[in-house]
Amino acid sequence: MWRQGLLITMMATALAYGAPAPLRAQEQVFRINNMVEPESLDPGVVTGVPEHRILSNLFEGLTTTDPKDLSPRPGMAASWTVSKDGLTCTFTLRDALWTDGRPVTAQDFVFAWERVLNPKSGAKYAQQLFALKNAEEYNKGRVTEFSQVGVKAPDPRTLQVTLKNPTAYFLDLTSFYTLYPVPKWALDAHGKDWVKPGKIVSNGPFRLSSWVPQKELVLEKNPRHWDAASVKLQKVIFLPTDDINTGYKQFVAGDSDWVPTVPPALLDAAKSRPEYYVSPYLGTYYFRFNVTKTPTNDVRVRKALSQTVDREALTKFVTKAGEVPHTAFVPAGVRGYEGPRGLGFDPAAAKRLLAEAGYPNGKGFPKVELLYNTNELHRVITQAIQQMWKEHLGVQVELVNVEWKVYLARQSGLDYQISRAGWIGDYVDPNTFLEMWKTGGGNNQTGWSSRRYDELIDQAARLVNAKDRMRTLAEAERILLEEMPVLPLYTYVNKGMLSRKVRGWHPNILDQHPLKHISLER
Amino acid sequence: MVGYVARRVAGFLPVLFVIISLSFFIMRLAPGGPFDLDRALPDQVRANLEARYRLNEPLGAQYLRYVADVLRGDLGPSFRYPDRTVNELLGLGFPVSLLLGACAMIVALCLGGAAGLLAGAHRNAPLDYVAMSFALFGVSVPNFVLGPMLMLLFALALGWLPVAGWGTWRHLILPAFTLGTFYAAYVARLTRAGMLEVIGQDFIRTARAKGLHESAVVLRHALPSAILPVVSYLGPASAAVLTGSVVVETVFSIPGVGRYFVASALNRDYTMVLGTVIAYSALLLVFNLLVDLLYAFLDPRVHVQ
Repeated sequence: MWRQGLLITMMATALAYGAPAPLRAQEQVFRINNMVEPESLDPGVVTGVPEHRILSNLFEGLTTTDPKDLSPRPGMAASWTVSKDGLTCTFTLRDALWTDGRPVTAQDFVFAWERVLNPKSGAKYAQQLFALKNAEEYNKGRVTEFSQVGVKAPDPRTLQVTLKNPTAYFLDLTSFYTLYPVPKWALDAHGKDWVKPGKIVSNGPFRLSSWVPQKELVLEKNPRHWDAASVKLQKVIFLPTDDINTGYKQFVAGDSDWVPTVPPALLDAAKSRPEYYVSPYLGTYYFRFNVTKTPTNDVRVRKALSQTVDREALTKFVTKAGEVPHTAFVPAGVRGYEGPRGLGFDPAAAKRLLAEAGYPNGKGFPKVELLYNTNELHRVITQAIQQMWKEHLGVQVELVNVEWKVYLARQSGLDYQISRAGWIGDYVDPNTFLEMWKTGGGNNQTGWSSRRYDELIDQAARLVNAKDRMRTLAEAERILLEEMPVLPLYTYVNKGMLSRKVRGWHPNILDQHPLKHISLER
Repeated sequence: MVGYVARRVAGFLPVLFVIISLSFFIMRLAPGGPFDLDRALPDQVRANLEARYRLNEPLGAQYLRYVADVLRGDLGPSFRYPDRTVNELLGLGFPVSLLLGACAMIVALCLGGAAGLLAGAHRNAPLDYVAMSFALFGVSVPNFVLGPMLMLLFALALGWLPVAGWGTWRHLILPAFTLGTFYAAYVARLTRAGMLEVIGQDFIRTARAKGLHESAVVLRHALPSAILPVVSYLGPASAAVLTGSVVVETVFSIPGVGRYFVASALNRDYTMVLGTVIAYSALLLVFNLLVDLLYAFLDPRVHVQ
C-alpha cells in the first residue's frame, strides 16, 4: 500500500520538476563536476588541479593562457618586455579592478609573492617562484631581506622581475595560481577567512557567489573585470562529487555539463556516446627503479625489464582509453622539443642483457617486489606487466599494494625495488619532466645520480637561445633513458564527457579550459 | 531520574578521554603524514609547514596541547582544508548527517515495523513469506550496491529523482532508503520474533477473553512488548546508521560528516580524524543513554536509578 503511495508521490514530483533543463541553457549556467572538494581558495595555499579549475577563473595573473595552445596571453599585464639576457621581465599592468573596486597594483603581486616565499607561511608551492633571483634562498632562510628577492614595484603600474636564470617558461608560470596577486587588506581584515563568500576580494573574470563544502561552489560573472564584455557565462557551478561512478551518472542524467574523467569500468559505454572526448595529456605513466638495491642497481636488469614490456598491448588491451605507448620520459607534444626515443619492445635483446647480468633465463633472479598504491587501474596494469616479465624473461615479480600515504612514504624513503608512478607537467616545457631527476631532487626518489645529467640541466637553464636549450635538454634525457632509473610506459590522456551544447572548449595537453572563452549554445 | 542521567553523563568523560588518547597515538603510528604529497615538498618547505602546525614538537607535548585545546572546545585547524577549522566542518556536516540518519531510521522503523507486524500477525501465511523475503533481500544487499541500483532505476531510467547532491527533499529520498533498508530488514525480523513470543502469552489471552477487537489486541497490548527488542536494537542501529552513512554520503555526494570520516584518515588529516572520532563517540554515548531511558519508559518492569 505505502509503495503505491510512494509511486504516486514520485510521479507527481517528476511532473512538477520535469522542465528546468532547457531554461538553464538560456541562462548560460555551466555545471562542472570538479570531482573533489577544493582544499582551499587561497592562491598561495593550493596545489591541485581541481583548485586550478576554480581559481584560474576567480583570479587572474599577469598572463592568462590561450584556450587552444596554452601560450601566454595578456592578463593583468597589458604588455611586457624581456631583456636581451633573458634575466629581467618588466610587466606593465592594465587598469584593472578588484571586486571591491580597488585598483590592482604591482604591489599586490609583490605582497602575494612575498607571502608565498616567506618561510613562516609554509606555502607548499613556494618552488613555483624559485625562478626568481634569491627566492629559494629567502624561502630557506639564507636571505632574510625580501628586498633582495628579484621582484620590485617601482610604481603601481610596473612590476619588475629579476630571474636567477633566463627562464623560458616564466610567462607560463605567471598564469599559474601561486603567482596570482592577493589583496592584502582583505587578509588583514579577515585572516584565513578572507576566501569565504562575502569576504573574498578577487580580480578574475568570475567572482565567488556561494560555497558550501562538499555540496557546491558557485561562481558568477564579475562585472568589474576588465574583459567582462567578452565573458558569456553568467554562472558556473562546481560539484565536488568524489565518487567517479556517481559523477558519470550525474552527467548522463543531465545534472552536469562536463565531467573530466570516466570510470574505467564504464569506458566502453562512455565511448559509444557522442559527448565522450579523449586527447593527449602532459603526463607520463612510468615505473621507478630503486638503483640502490639488487637487482635493479644493475642497468642491464633495468633495460631488460623495460624491453620486455609490450606497451602497445598494454594500452590496447589493459588501459583502453587511447593512451599513447611511450618509451621516453618527456611526453610527445611539447612545443619545439625533439627528444630521444628510448628502448622499444625487444625480448631477444632483453634476454641477452639479463644473461649478461648473471640471470640466464631468469635463473637465480632474486625476489623483486613491484609497489603500487591501491587502485583498480594500477592493479590491472601491474598484473599485465608481471605476466609479460614472467613470459619473456622467466622472472617472478611480486605485486605489493599499499594505501596512498604509505606508498608515498615508502617511495620517498627508497623502501621499494620497483614502484609505479605518474608525473603530470606543471607547464609545457621538458624542464618540468627532467629537472626532477637531478641528484638529490625531492621527486627523484630512485637514488639515481649523474653528474653529467645535473650539469646539462643546469646548463640548459642558463641558455637564452631556445633551440640550444631544447637540444641540451634532449641530451640530458638521452642520459636518463640510457641509464634508466625509470621505465616509461605511456602518455596519459584526458578522457571525459562534455555536453554538446558547450562552445569555446578546446582539447589541450594540460586539460585547462579558461571559462571566459566558454559559452553554451541555446 | 535526573541523578541517573547526571551519573551517566559524568561517566562519559573518562570514556571520551580514553578514546581521544588512543586515537591520537594510533593515528600517529600510521606511516606517512599530512605533508607526504605526490609531489615531494622541498625539505625546507616541509620543515616550514611542520613548524607552522607544530608537528616538529615532541609527540607528548603535541598530545598535551591537543587535549588542552579539546577541553576548551577547539578541535584545531584542518590540515587538508586550511581555510577551515575542524569545528566549522563538523558544524556544517553534522546537521546533514543527522537529518539523513533520522530519515533512514524512520524508513527502517516504518518499513521494518510494518513488515514485522504483518508477518507476525499472519504467521506462515503468504504475507509472512513476502515480508520475510523482503527482509532477507534487505540484509543481503550492501548499501554500495543498493545505492547505485536505486540511482540507475529512479534517477536515470525513470528520471524521477536527482542522481546525487543535496538541497531539496528530493535529494533525501534515495539515500534515506539506501541507508534505511538494511535496518528495516533487521527491525522486521525483530518485530516478527517479538510478536510471535508475545502473542502466546497469558495477558494477550486475557485481552482476547475480554472481547477486545483483534486490532486492539495487537496494537495496544501486543505491540509495546513486542517491540522491546527493537528498542534495544535502536542504540546500535543509530550508531550503525551514522557510520554507515560514510558510504551512502560518498555514493550520493552528500555534504555530511561521513565524507570526512574515511577521507581524513587516508589523508592523515590528524585533527579532522580526531574531531570526527570524538564527535561520533559522543553521539553514540548519548544514543545509548536515550535508549536506556526509552526502555524504562516502555517496560514497566525496568526502573532507572
